[in-house]
Amino acid sequence: MVKLNNLLQYFSLGQSSFQSTMLASNFTAVAIAVHTLPVLPYSYSALEPYISSQVMELHHSKHHQAYVDNLNAALSSYVTALLNNDIPAQIRLQSIIRFNGGGHINHSLFWRNLAPSETPETDPVASAPRLVNEIERTWGGLDEFKETFAQTALGIQGSGWCWLVGKQNGRGGLQLAIVTTKDQDPIVDEGMRPLLGVDMWEHAYYLQYLNGKTKYLENIWNVINWKTAEERFLGASKEEAF
Amino acid sequence: MSASLFRTVLARHGALAAKRSLAGNSFVRGKATLPDLKYDYGALEPYISARIMELHHSKHHQTYVNGLNSALEAIAEAEAKGDFTKAASLAPLLNFHGGGHLNHTLFWENLAPASREGGGEPDGALKKAIEADFGSFETFRKQMNAALTGIQGSGWAWLAKDKDSGNLAIVTRANQDPVTGQLVPLMGIDAWEHAYYLQYENRKAEYFEAIWNVINWKTVAQRFEKA
Repeated sequence: MVKLNNLLQYFSLGQSSFQSTMLASNFTAVAIAVHTLPVLPYSYSALEPYISSQVMELHHSKHHQAYVDNLNAALSSYVTALLNNDIPAQIRLQSIIRFNGGGHINHSLFWRNLAPSETPETDPVASAPRLVNEIERTWGGLDEFKETFAQTALGIQGSGWCWLVGKQNGRGGLQLAIVTTKDQDPIVDEGMRPLLGVDMWEHAYYLQYLNGKTKYLENIWNVINWKTAEERFLGASKEEAF
Repeated sequence: MSASLFRTVLARHGALAAKRSLAGNSFVRGKATLPDLKYDYGALEPYISARIMELHHSKHHQTYVNGLNSALEAIAEAEAKGDFTKAASLAPLLNFHGGGHLNHTLFWENLAPASREGGGEPDGALKKAIEADFGSFETFRKQMNAALTGIQGSGWAWLAKDKDSGNLAIVTRANQDPVTGQLVPLMGIDAWEHAYYLQYENRKAEYFEAIWNVINWKTVAQRFEKA
């Protein structure tokens, strides 16, 4: 037990990006990944003028980093609580894991569903023909979809996210829907797949748009990466973090 | 408090009230209005910037006031039509905007410039109660900051008095949920990002430290004595 705790402490120091280890066979395999901040596929200023460099830098290097750090710390404590059979501690940690794990998942998805404007990725018709077809079938058109998305996002009371998701239907296909999640709750429901997400926390836009979140929602379509959304829709995407 | 929050508009908008009474319901409607601040937007500098105060009061609070009035109107319309399903469906909007209006109104009043009533420590009966329930003012302050830091998303932390037991407690509320029921809010700190982001960015711990310099303990003591 002492050795095991040392090992876990080693993991929590983050000296390795991923640790998968064999433990004594009388333990259920305990392997914890030390999660890391994903590298952005573009520079902080690449989404200008729609999302400012300052917003991007703080959002990625400070906010997302904090979710990663807090997730690693909570998972490390959770493993200790498991090994100590400390059920109250395990339960206490669940909301912290949900919040910070959700924050890590959501931001990782978000960065990849953004791209510099005027690139092929931001052209929905060229980069997401199958998804756009399904959007038109569901909402009557891309503009109608964007309008519904904006109204749904503006209805969030507090911090949260607005998502285009695909829900598995009975015929093995995906049915599209717009959903919101509060705070950092992630989309982890069985049979539901996030296709693209927009961060509606104030830190995502406030330095640039102040209280003008309607404008933020209008502008963000210039930097939505439809290629990523199409890949997710077709089930072909390889998400870095998961 | 409600008297200061709602101003009857019967006199000023007599025509409107008369029009409403045509539906067969004769009632006096109070309309929420944005309260004036008792200090300038720049008066809480350097702890809270003038820019934050201006946006927070003139834009954010105003939006809650407008949202509350719209929700009340929509509920009254639904009620007039006997559409109680519709009325009930408006409850979340009433809670959010009504809570936003109440919370901000309390907040502005429990702040004051550091050069005037702001900062320092409470005295008298409130000081005694804090020491009895938290051990010391410093312990209370630390617990309040821990509660603020622990909020996952948008929300508020409050020092509240339990009307039944008379005890003080620190409570947090998500989003704009107001402190109601047997708890009487004495002092609130806004943990929404719009309350600090322009000045403190992601460093919210610095904001939670700084705001103690502008807490109006005189107001808090008055609320404590009335509760």
